[in-house]
Amino acid sequence: MLSTRNLDKSFGSLVVAQGISIAVPRGERYALIGPNGAGKTTLINLVTGMLRPDAGCILLGDEDITALRPDARVKRGLARTFQINTLFPHLSALESVVLAVLERNNQSRAWWRSLPRYGEAIEEAYSILESLQLGAQCHRLTRELAYGQQRLLEIALALATRPRVLLLDEPAAGVPKDESAELFAAISNLSAELTVLFIEHDMDVVFRFASRILVMVGGRILVEGTPQEIARDQRVREVYLGKRQHAFA
Amino acid sequence: MASASRHLAARIRWRWIESAFWLATLAPFVVTPAYLSLASQVAITALFALSLDLILGYAGIVSLGHAAYFGFGAYTAGLLAKHYWGEPLTGLLLAGVLTGIVGYATSHIVVRFRHLALIMLTLGLGLLLHEAANSASRLTGGADGLQGVTVSPLLGFRFDLYGRTAYAYSLAVLFLCFLVSRRIIHSPFGLALRGIRENLVRMPAIGAPSLAHLRKAYTIAAVMAGIAGALLTHTTSTVSLETLSFGRSADVLVILILGGAGRLYGGIVGAIIYLVARDQFSGINPQYWYFWIGLLLIAVVMFLPNGILGGLGALYKKSR
Amino acid sequence: MQSFIGVLFDGFAYGMLLFLLSVGLSVTLGMMNFVNLAHCSFAMIGGYVAVVLTNSLGWPFLATLPMAFVAAAAVSVVLERTLYRRLYRASDLDQCLFTIGVVFVSVAVAAYYFGTVQQPINTPPYLRGSVELAGVSFAVYRIFLVVTALLITAILVAALEYTRFGAQVRAAVDNPRMARGLGIDVDRAFAITFALGGGLAGLGGALAIDIIGLDHAFAFTYLVYVLIVVAVGGLGSIGGSFLAAALIGISDMAGKYYFPWLGAFLIYLVMVGLLMWRPAGLFGKR
Repeated sequence: MLSTRNLDKSFGSLVVAQGISIAVPRGERYALIGPNGAGKTTLINLVTGMLRPDAGCILLGDEDITALRPDARVKRGLARTFQINTLFPHLSALESVVLAVLERNNQSRAWWRSLPRYGEAIEEAYSILESLQLGAQCHRLTRELAYGQQRLLEIALALATRPRVLLLDEPAAGVPKDESAELFAAISNLSAELTVLFIEHDMDVVFRFASRILVMVGGRILVEGTPQEIARDQRVREVYLGKRQHAFA
Repeated sequence: MASASRHLAARIRWRWIESAFWLATLAPFVVTPAYLSLASQVAITALFALSLDLILGYAGIVSLGHAAYFGFGAYTAGLLAKHYWGEPLTGLLLAGVLTGIVGYATSHIVVRFRHLALIMLTLGLGLLLHEAANSASRLTGGADGLQGVTVSPLLGFRFDLYGRTAYAYSLAVLFLCFLVSRRIIHSPFGLALRGIRENLVRMPAIGAPSLAHLRKAYTIAAVMAGIAGALLTHTTSTVSLETLSFGRSADVLVILILGGAGRLYGGIVGAIIYLVARDQFSGINPQYWYFWIGLLLIAVVMFLPNGILGGLGALYKKSR
Repeated sequence: MQSFIGVLFDGFAYGMLLFLLSVGLSVTLGMMNFVNLAHCSFAMIGGYVAVVLTNSLGWPFLATLPMAFVAAAAVSVVLERTLYRRLYRASDLDQCLFTIGVVFVSVAVAAYYFGTVQQPINTPPYLRGSVELAGVSFAVYRIFLVVTALLITAILVAALEYTRFGAQVRAAVDNPRMARGLGIDVDRAFAITFALGGGLAGLGGALAIDIIGLDHAFAFTYLVYVLIVVAVGGLGSIGGSFLAAALIGISDMAGKYYFPWLGAFLIYLVMVGLLMWRPAGLFGKR
């Protein structure tokens, strides 16, 4: 569903991506792990179009999207969340998701009808928020939401675009243990039709949800395999020396 | 659910205080008839500030050169009246349309910038147009301004020295443009603009064509600014180079911030306070006026970051 | 009829003046992204200090220059410590408006104390007049200005390259967050840089009196030119400011001399064109 071929990207002499070729089949949950600075977020930025690759191509389904602008890729069904909450502070949760729904339907160009008249979009936004346990908070301003709720709103915004492929950038980042239950529920409840690639450092999340793991180091894909294979892989252990070892036991 | 729609609808309802406000704008006809020309100035400046609010308060475009469109509209209306025909309403519409075209053309450049580059670019474009008008003195009259502008009566009403026609005209146009702005703000497009202002990075990630949205907003703002400029020409029968000056761009920025950006009424409130105060203190040396304005700006940024309307809104929330 | 070389030199001298006025703003903007539109008020302070010292207290002109530097630097330190530091996290617009407010106030204060007239300055006789070189006459004062500016540029570049403080400044301009992470006291570095920049502007203001005059509106009139230099040269770049200042100075002088009907049109066109080609300026980051 989502694949890249030989993606390269450098900033001057700093190589952040080299020969990245991945393929995520439809409906699968793949995890992308690796030490800090390995280039994981850079890869997401390349795939979504926020960065232009020096070489290589990106395919969504059968379509080559390498030349498309970021918003055009979203329209084709590629959505992402951000590692650091990138939300609309003074918009309410509902307004944020409604905006995403309206953009998807190309209704955001309309300036002559007032917002409450778009009942379908509002209902859809509300049901997305409800499915993520944010229904009761939907009228609160984003900046007033708890951190964990904001993380969920990140996902809600991405889901509102009705993606075929979802890229999650460290969805559990910074979420305290007592708020992570909703987050895990949210990820579990993602449609089986949805293809998901997520970056995570939290190995609990990785081993719980991923069917396959990609390990990235220094801008390259080091190794790829099932969770069990990766846990046993000597190279991966070396890279992660000092990290939580019990996950690999 | 339906209640969510109703909740959103409740927030944008027309409030009684708004009706009271607009009724109060009719007061100068009866209460202070000697000040009708000042009232026209206030209405025109309020419209200009409203146009800036669309791009600054709602879309987050910081422009130090918005007077370019105001002046362009003013000169267009003036040249039309001088050389072709003096009927104000058609002149107004034409000035608005032509300014809109210029706004659309420049928007392609402007919307691609942020931060200092945006400030500099808008400043530069404004200065460019000012210099161009100054140099093209055969067309514009240069530093002396455009002379010989004769405006025909508006729907049969002459523009007399009392300023009744002028104020009625300016107020009506202001109100109409206000209604249009209100519509825009409360529409999906308005929501998109706010999204752009709140977080530009997130917009493409939800599939929004931010630049297209910004170009549209910028064009609409240019049309409104041009209409405001044309109003000035029609009500004063002159056009001066000052309409294109950096001073006017800076003044409207101060007015909008004073009233509160992003609050629809901020520009109007700011215009009323600023122009009435300036009129009252008009005997004072202009230097001292700018001293107090400077202090006011400093105070507003430090203590009232959302302007007067923002401060009132916060007080209102606290009292509940 | 001034020859082409003469116009070029005059333009370059004017550019050097602009450089002194602008370099502080460029570096502090690059370091903290703090839009200080009141930068030219520091220049004004330096100018008025020089005027008061020579005209009222009879100081020799050259002695007033370091005082202009010190006075402007001192005021900038006070301003930074008391008011500006609250605004580092504020939006572009807020910083813009706040500092415009400071400009308004400074212009009004200058008008109150010194009136709105051009200030006369007694330049010493050895700096007046002109010399003939290869058939072209060069004003002595302008030569003095160019030499001073080049000297200061050399000191700045050397300090930036070879001192520890300079390394800290370069790091802070390049990546403030990272610099903090490395233990560099970015705030202190910024305060010192801000003072130096303000001081240089003050020096520029004092030097400017003989060439472009000094009146109460100086902080406003030359703000546009300084902003153009900073925007064109790129934030945080001394080399960029130097080049941009020279470019703007020469363009303005040449424009006014050879195309007087264009007026100031030319430099605005240069700025808009350059920004469109390179939004971050000639040597700006990103």
